[in-house]
Amino acid sequence: MYVIPLLGIPPQVLFGQLLLGLINGAFYAMLSLGLAVIFGLLNIINFAHGALYMMGAFGAWLMLEYLGIGYWPALILSPIVVGAFGVLLEKAFLHRIYKLDHLYGLLLTFGMALIIEGLFRNYYGVSGQAYDAVPDLLKGGNNLGFMFLPTYRGWVVAASLIICFGTWFAIERTKLGSYLRAATENPKLVQAFGINVPRMITLTYGFGVALAAMAGVLAAPIYHVSPLMGSDIIIVVFAVVVIGGMGSIVGAVISGFGLGIIEGMTKVFYPEASNTVIFVVMAIVLLVKPAGLFGKAA
Amino acid sequence: MSSVNIPAPTAVAGTSNLTRVGLVALLVLAIAAPFGLYPIFLMKALCFALFASAFNLLLGYGGLLSFGHAAFFGGAAYIAAHVVKVLGWPPELGLIAGTAVAAIMGAAFGWLAIRRQGIYFAMVTLALAQMIYFVALEAKFTHGEDGIQAVPRGKLLGLLDLSDTFTMYYFVLVIFIAVFWLIYRTIHSPFGQVLKAIRENEPRAISLGYRVDHYKLLAFTLSASLAGLAGSLKALVFQLASLTDVDWRMSGQVVLMTLVGGVGTVFGPLVGAFILVTMENYLAQFGSWVTVIQGVIFVVCVLTFRKGVVGEIAEMVRRARGERPSGGGGHH
Repeated sequence: MYVIPLLGIPPQVLFGQLLLGLINGAFYAMLSLGLAVIFGLLNIINFAHGALYMMGAFGAWLMLEYLGIGYWPALILSPIVVGAFGVLLEKAFLHRIYKLDHLYGLLLTFGMALIIEGLFRNYYGVSGQAYDAVPDLLKGGNNLGFMFLPTYRGWVVAASLIICFGTWFAIERTKLGSYLRAATENPKLVQAFGINVPRMITLTYGFGVALAAMAGVLAAPIYHVSPLMGSDIIIVVFAVVVIGGMGSIVGAVISGFGLGIIEGMTKVFYPEASNTVIFVVMAIVLLVKPAGLFGKAA
Repeated sequence: MSSVNIPAPTAVAGTSNLTRVGLVALLVLAIAAPFGLYPIFLMKALCFALFASAFNLLLGYGGLLSFGHAAFFGGAAYIAAHVVKVLGWPPELGLIAGTAVAAIMGAAFGWLAIRRQGIYFAMVTLALAQMIYFVALEAKFTHGEDGIQAVPRGKLLGLLDLSDTFTMYYFVLVIFIAVFWLIYRTIHSPFGQVLKAIRENEPRAISLGYRVDHYKLLAFTLSASLAGLAGSLKALVFQLASLTDVDWRMSGQVVLMTLVGGVGTVFGPLVGAFILVTMENYLAQFGSWVTVIQGVIFVVCVLTFRKGVVGEIAEMVRRARGERPSGGGGHH
């Protein structure tokens, strides 16, 4: 294959890291999207989001291991099960604290995250399980000339874009979405129009959780399915949210992908900083534009 | 910014005779304790009580929830352990070095974090602390997963041999009392009053002409420095600085201690630290169940026990005296 040296870096490496960055970005985008949707209506930063993402991945793994359910059904079933679990969490705990300071929401969901993560660690350890049920359709890969593209990785990026677009469409362009946006602005008024806002809040939380779980299923074949996978990613997603601001869905998606790519590129040019680069970007954004790139002043 | 619902501290930490008797009893107890209880356990509890008190200064009196205090605690522990072990500095200089670095980090993080409020503030501090975690993971001098082990305790001022457990205990106790007094004085100083005013109603504090950001930054830096002192002390006590100290779970733990004991009460963090360290001691054999139980305590505290142990007791005392109950953040 013909190799064009680019800044002394072989293109396979460059594009390989770009792809990895895009994939990480796909997960950042899906998770920060869910956080933003939940925050919009519940005013709660869902610290348990990472743990629920982990549950989604474990859901797919458990379904395969014990029930023989394959990838495609799990991609739908796992988010439904975990989303239903989210609805229970909202009914049992979250709805009790809406009148309190927002900080309590963070503390409560932090506690929930510790419980979920701890329970999974008790039963499955920290080493992680391999999820090896990628359907034939998504196996293999294509040589694009300048790089090798594994089909599954391409699928993750595409699926993430579809999910993000679907969520944007549902919220910005449908009747139900208009209720949601209205309730975000003024819940009392929407309630007065006869819409069951408490139920809408419950379902919104369930939906946000299901989004996290679906991201978890998508992640399962790429990363090890491990009880710690959620807490590893959630703090980075928080930084993404601070950078993008939680004002808009488009903002969450753009900053998710953008930061994934920046992270990937850092791995090429200065690998020592790849773990910290997103936090450094966050610090710079706080200095230059404290409200976040797409955010309204908080 | 609307703030965390906090009972008035004066009911517990007032200057009534009852409180004075209680303080003297507590002091006698603390001096006698190592003869009855395991000194290492007591020192651990005191270090965490110091850490939680420093954290409470920020949350309880400034209304600022930092989810990144492990960075100061653990960062300072690494610095103290390094200068004492590798550079051969005496323990007192180790503590000063750790505290100083924590102060610098606190000033820098605070400067960034106070640009945002409420939960964003919490997320920013958490993210910045995670950055320190990764630095600690990759830097050479921290020795990665091993941490800095076998840190010598050395001789305090060249005189007192701290490798003696009892000497070490009383050294920790003296530092604890000194810092506890410092925090108490800070809370009851004009600075502390302004801080509380900002917590209660930031726009009003601004309109009264206070430079709110300066107060917040100073509170943050002070809190971070004292958290650093606690971390440095912990490194000497356990002769170890490790990744656990900078992990986000450590940040969560100090939040939990303060919450259990009572946010915004002078003695709450002390009580909370003792409760959680005791619990951890007994539950150590159950491995990761400790995490689950801590999570349960978090949930229970937020749902039903927001004033914490000391806050609830203060409330009971107030009721018994026939004073009005402190609803909705009733402050003096």
